[in-house]
Amino acid sequence: MSWAWFHRFGSPPYFYRVAGKLAPWFGWSALVLVLVSLYGGLVRAPVDYYQSDAFRIIYVHVPASWLALMTYTTMAVSAAIGLVWRIKVAHAVAVACAPAGVSFTVVSLVTGMIWGQPTWGTWWAWDPRIVSQLFLLFFFLGYIGLRSAIDDPDRADRASAVLAIVGVVNVPIVRFSVDWWNSLHQAPTVMRMDKPAMPWEMLWPLLLMALAYTLYFFWIMLVRARAEVLRRDRGGQWVREALARDAAGGSA
Amino acid sequence: MSAPLVPAAAAFASALRRDLLQAARRPGEWLQPLAFFVIVTVLFPLSLDPELARLRHLAPAALWVALLLATLLALDFLYREDARDGTLEQFALSGQPFAVMIFAKTATHWLLTGLPLALVGPLAAISLGAPPQNALAVLWPLLLGSVSMSLIGSICAGLTLGTRRGGALLSLLVLPLAMPALVFGARATQLAIAGESAAGALYLLGAITVLALTLAPLAAAAAVRISLE
Repeated sequence: MSWAWFHRFGSPPYFYRVAGKLAPWFGWSALVLVLVSLYGGLVRAPVDYYQSDAFRIIYVHVPASWLALMTYTTMAVSAAIGLVWRIKVAHAVAVACAPAGVSFTVVSLVTGMIWGQPTWGTWWAWDPRIVSQLFLLFFFLGYIGLRSAIDDPDRADRASAVLAIVGVVNVPIVRFSVDWWNSLHQAPTVMRMDKPAMPWEMLWPLLLMALAYTLYFFWIMLVRARAEVLRRDRGGQWVREALARDAAGGSA
Repeated sequence: MSAPLVPAAAAFASALRRDLLQAARRPGEWLQPLAFFVIVTVLFPLSLDPELARLRHLAPAALWVALLLATLLALDFLYREDARDGTLEQFALSGQPFAVMIFAKTATHWLLTGLPLALVGPLAAISLGAPPQNALAVLWPLLLGSVSMSLIGSICAGLTLGTRRGGALLSLLVLPLAMPALVFGARATQLAIAGESAAGALYLLGAITVLALTLAPLAAAAAVRISLE
């Protein structure tokens, strides 16, 4: 099997062109799926027996939590690829993931608080999932903070890649330690609903929404990575040509 | 470049000796974190409630927060001086494994901050209301925990080496990484003060420390190397 296709992605002009073609597809399909699954989740799904309409925030909350972890994984894997094979585009992708990760973790935490208030009776509980999500947010902020503190882009790339890889080792340990800590400390103060498996009318909008979030992530990641690639090579020959081509294509 | 004449172990020992000698000539630098640790543990009773029975509940939190902050304070000058006068570059050029040389620096850091803090720990625990017959058991979690924090810190200090505003960023990087050690360490301390067996938490803390001993020197060496370029 030839790896030529992979190496082509390492070339900024090629990445810029292909990502520019792909991004709108991801963006528009994400928008359509969000609308369909919102309709499914807010209108079609039946009212929950225990939580009445409050459960509907699940369609925003759960996909955001899933995507936060996926974003971190994507960031760390592309940072590692960039570090090992010295591919600048991979670093640009890792940079593009970080703000998306912050927004996913913040959305997950905030909607979790809003959901917790009516169902658990509290805005905040030291629940393992909440704490893990909070530490994921700290990791993203540390990554962004480290990058912004280093002026030289090449050094920033590699230092932040080391941090992302160290974080990958740490994320499961954090998860485990929080589970362990929680099983010792927390008396069952929080009512946990013991509900039957989710009926299909409730489930399909959730799965569809997760797909929509994933597509949205790819869209925003590609848009940001394109901007990052341009910013790094600003003043370069191919950037001028690509921008001229974009301008011509935009007016046509 | 000529082949290395001195094996890595000798290089490690000479780097360690050099750092300890330097520290002996500048005692202010490594006494600072120790004083800081004592002050933080003293501030807890002053800002809370001087009743010993109630303080005892908070003692593990006070000890571990103070340990973490004092380690952070000392991390700031782990590499800075050696980066400025070119010692780190000489380490990199010496032909010895860079991770070994960086590990020597981390070992010094632990000997000068982690070890004294852990040794003062039982005394601080007594002042926070721990029964004296249980206080000595506090030593083990503090010893293990300070090792893993020095190692985690050596990675993060390497990453922030070339940055302008190191301090605040350093704590943002270290605290999430040090969280598991804090959880197990504080629990082991709590059990030790209560006079119960802390073995379970200690084993997990030991596992984290061994993992950090295995991986952190490599990551720290990579981080410092990047910052040197």
